[in-house]
Amino acid sequence: MTDLAAPAVAGLDELLLTMADDEFVIGFSDSEWTGIAPMLEEDVAMSSLSQDELGHAAALYGLLAEVTGTDADSIAYDRDPADYRHARLLDHGRGDWAMTIARRYLYETADAVRLEALAGGSWSPLADLVAKIRREERYHAMHITSWLERLASARGEPRERLIAALGTLGPDAGTVFTPLDAESTLVDRGVLARPMAELEGLWRAGIEQVFRRLDLPLPPPTADPRRGRTHHGDAFRWLWGEFTAVRSADPGATW
Amino acid sequence: MVITANPSEADVRVALTEVPDPEIPVLSVVDLGIVHRVEVGADGIDVTILPTFVGCPALDIIRTSIADQLGSRFGRPVRVETSFEVPWTSDRISTSGREALRRAGIAPPAAPADVRCPHCSSGDVVMDSAFGPTQCRSLFYCRGCRQPFEALKSV
Repeated sequence: MTDLAAPAVAGLDELLLTMADDEFVIGFSDSEWTGIAPMLEEDVAMSSLSQDELGHAAALYGLLAEVTGTDADSIAYDRDPADYRHARLLDHGRGDWAMTIARRYLYETADAVRLEALAGGSWSPLADLVAKIRREERYHAMHITSWLERLASARGEPRERLIAALGTLGPDAGTVFTPLDAESTLVDRGVLARPMAELEGLWRAGIEQVFRRLDLPLPPPTADPRRGRTHHGDAFRWLWGEFTAVRSADPGATW
Repeated sequence: MVITANPSEADVRVALTEVPDPEIPVLSVVDLGIVHRVEVGADGIDVTILPTFVGCPALDIIRTSIADQLGSRFGRPVRVETSFEVPWTSDRISTSGREALRRAGIAPPAAPADVRCPHCSSGDVVMDSAFGPTQCRSLFYCRGCRQPFEALKSV
């Protein structure tokens, strides 16, 4: 099924790993709201969103396993925390509800730009999966945008908390577009429509209108782009301990 | 009864109408529109299904139900694969499937503005949440008969 020659695979595995880790980490982080979200509908919604993201992660790890001849579960669970390649934006702890909304808004809008650049790409296993994922992400975008507007338009504490969360996450928001080592190969081969730097520009232009309308602080440029997907913090190490707990307690366990 | 003669693709598809979707059992996998390809070869039956959602947790159960049903009916090896080769969309649900959903109290997929109450057919409904008890359903409330209901997402 692989219609790419061997030299391009190096770039493909990094692309798949970064996307899968992003979806896995945000899916797992937000699933922590299951049972404790501010209201029942949101509990259901956040759980469903998380389930979608974990599904996307599983499918992406599955493609990566095919490309590299390994096993999806071992990629997902058997790495040291330092070897995960999710964007730094997703490295912060769950925080309060405003933090969850801010992080998800920044991530969903960035992911939408990335997915668009992969739709119709030349490697059909990924392009087919992306076409399917985008149909689900439409619901995510609709939901998270309405929450951003709700918090931003409220007076007092909700808006203050949202602005504080954007202040914490903003400097890391652009890390979803951390350049990949071999991205020029992916662009040349038509897997990815444009380089990450260009995608970041498109994303910033897209969210600028919304942020100006809601009078919210725009995310500043990424402070240290070289650390965009590495050097994870304590919050992630804690999360890693949580999501690997079953795997380490009973290696090889299946449902 | 095990049928020993070589089944045709149509025979297999008919047999699949007896495999229910585990989350919405009023629908068969055929009504749901997830059966993409059926191939009958000398060494067994190959079925390719399209997941309704990428992370649908019911997929393993569906795979096993299809393999059990076809295996016991036709007495030969069955392989079930999933594919994203074409995306499953809610338009793939059959007319009889849409009717079965409505009878079960679930509004068939439609654009949010066109969703009607499955109990009283009123169009005076509001979406409570785009997300419901399974990945493929949303929550609505009918102002006509004052009942909550679920609707299949339009994807």
